[in-house]
Amino acid sequence: MNLFPELRKSFIASLWFMFLTFPIMVIRVNTIENIVEWRWMNLVFVGIGSFFLSWLWRYLLSRKEMGVNKKTDDQDRTSLVSRLMKNKQLIIPAAALLAIFTIIFPHIFSTYQTSIMITALIYVMLGLGLNIVVGLAGLLDLGYVAFYAVGAYAYGLLNYHFGLGFWTALPVGAALGALFGILLGFPVLRLRGDYLAIVTLGFGEIIRLILENWNEFSFGPSGIANIPRPSFFGMDLSIQWATVYIYYIVIGICCITIVIVGRLQDSRIGRAWIALREDEIACQAMGIDKARTKLNAFALGATWAGMAGVVFAAKTTFINPASFTIWESIIILCIVVLGGMGSVVGVVSGALVLILLPEYLRAFSEYRLLIFGAILIFMMVFRPGGIVSDVRRVYRFESSAMDDKPQEYS
Amino acid sequence: MKAVLEVKGLSKDFGGLRALNGLDLDVGEGEIVALIGPNGAGKTTFFNCITGMYEPTEGDIFISPTGNGNVKERLQGLKPNQVTAKGLARTFQNIRLFQNMTVLENVMIGRHCRTKAGIARAIFRFASQRREEREIVKKSFEIVEKLGLKQYVNEFAKNLPYGAQRRLEIARAMATQPFLLLLDEPAAGMNPHETDELDELIRKIRKDEGISILLIEHDMKLVMSLSDRIYVLDYGQKIAQGTPKEIKNNPVVIKAYLGEEIDA
Ligand SMILES: Nc1ncnc2c1ncn2[C@@H]1O[C@H](COP(=O)(O)OP(=O)(O)OP(=O)(O)O)[C@@H](O)[C@H]1O
Ligand SMILES: [Mg+2]
Repeated sequence: MNLFPELRKSFIASLWFMFLTFPIMVIRVNTIENIVEWRWMNLVFVGIGSFFLSWLWRYLLSRKEMGVNKKTDDQDRTSLVSRLMKNKQLIIPAAALLAIFTIIFPHIFSTYQTSIMITALIYVMLGLGLNIVVGLAGLLDLGYVAFYAVGAYAYGLLNYHFGLGFWTALPVGAALGALFGILLGFPVLRLRGDYLAIVTLGFGEIIRLILENWNEFSFGPSGIANIPRPSFFGMDLSIQWATVYIYYIVIGICCITIVIVGRLQDSRIGRAWIALREDEIACQAMGIDKARTKLNAFALGATWAGMAGVVFAAKTTFINPASFTIWESIIILCIVVLGGMGSVVGVVSGALVLILLPEYLRAFSEYRLLIFGAILIFMMVFRPGGIVSDVRRVYRFESSAMDDKPQEYS
Repeated sequence: MKAVLEVKGLSKDFGGLRALNGLDLDVGEGEIVALIGPNGAGKTTFFNCITGMYEPTEGDIFISPTGNGNVKERLQGLKPNQVTAKGLARTFQNIRLFQNMTVLENVMIGRHCRTKAGIARAIFRFASQRREEREIVKKSFEIVEKLGLKQYVNEFAKNLPYGAQRRLEIARAMATQPFLLLLDEPAAGMNPHETDELDELIRKIRKDEGISILLIEHDMKLVMSLSDRIYVLDYGQKIAQGTPKEIKNNPVVIKAYLGEEIDA
């Protein structure tokens, strides 16, 4: 890296920042003593800080470029995580440990902790569902939270009017989610990219506004209270035990989801989704029905949101439209993008990081969105593939005369 | 000889521009036919009309798949994926591979329209699905090997050298089991050695698989050596057709290629 011009650029950037932040960082009107305070020290801090940040930024960028020049084939540059995941000796004990930890978690931690974990796991479900739509099929859906709301309200209302229990509501919520997925899918079949994002965003808001304003149907902003927690074979559980029970239910659903998404990804349908994401025109020319593939993706993605909604309603026992704002959609999208589009492990870790961290770093909760933003920009520049980038399955080549299944190590 | 593709009076307008004008063309069973013409003559537009990407303004397109007797089918109004399912497969002039999928997966996509496992079968992994999946992998391996892409099987398509990318486009099209292969400038960007290999490859495809081929190409050496018949297009109009020998000596064609006014 050529040192001098780089330093000069950083210097100019810091000057620019000092200028920009001057009015807010330096000048303060003290209304009590009626004087203007000039805080020159702040200017120095901003200058030095932005100088170093800008230099660090440029340094990382140049290192990244050098890295790309050095090695052009991505396959050797697979992430550390995915390399670790290939190591059989490490993965089996690690998985066993993780499984044990997951199982005893609610017994060693408090109900409060378990409850936070449930929330995180609900987001894992949401992330995995949205991952089908955004990560695999490449359809930018900003209204995903609508299906989550559909699931939650399905349970809330069906329980209120007909006394339906959790286990009946779960498949109904999933089915309603799928139905709404298809309903949204039809009008947006021709759209892509930004246009799709805008329409889905609108759809999400429409659902929320309906729930907020149609008092006779959804009880408006006051929402639905006293939704029962799932009962254990007809027995009503205490809050503590109900939390533990829900925890296991969510863990179960998450595991099933992971298996299903993994299988889908590695199937004819999953490949069609990825092909659709990669090149819509070539995809059609290869004989894939675009409309059908898109609808499949929307419906399946929405199914999981519907289920997550039912679980959410059962966990909080109270729902109102405020839980289903556009921010939820954006957080779920962040989970998918940050975790690694199309990668199951990535989405799971993305959800855990993005949901658990703010819970434990309460001090920073005000800055949550700011930090999200910063992290996202950082990731887009330096790790566009996400924490765990999508690793495709590797097939071992045998001669064309083979009869057996080719052995794969993935 | 039976014609597998028969196009009658095909026209295509883009607003005021007539990109294709009353084009007649046919491809016989097992034939290699070339479509040539200066830049902007309408060759790619012709492919797009046949494969259902554009809707022709006028004209008829009939196909009669190999080994299907003399049944003629009309091709109009079908979506691109339906056309592919009928047995026409194409490659793209500006390479359109699935960049972030491996070579094998690209070819496996081609098998999509010949297989049918849906969501439920993918989730529950029934025996029928596993068998089908094995079949897809096996067939795709065979095609990859045949097209000389064996060394790249698990590489991402985007990391392939240019010539290999062009071959992968053909491999992917072959995986859809076509009776007619439409190749849009398959030799563009290839060096002479690669072009020679391509020449051999296309012959092999016809010989081994009995696939008929319609080829757009600017490389005259390749066109002259490969084709049974050649159609020449200029400003959307057919200006000549015939064997390579006839075309080579046709004054109209020479004029069109030298860019002079045509008065013939
Ligand atoms: N989608 C479109 N909309 C408007 N005009 C188009 C469209 N596609 C092609 N054309 C026009 O139709 C004419 C024929 O284009 P086409 O791409 O078929 O040429 P070509 O023979 O394939 O040329 P080349 O050898 O450069 O590939 C050109 O004038 C082009 O500008
Ligand atoms: Mg062209």
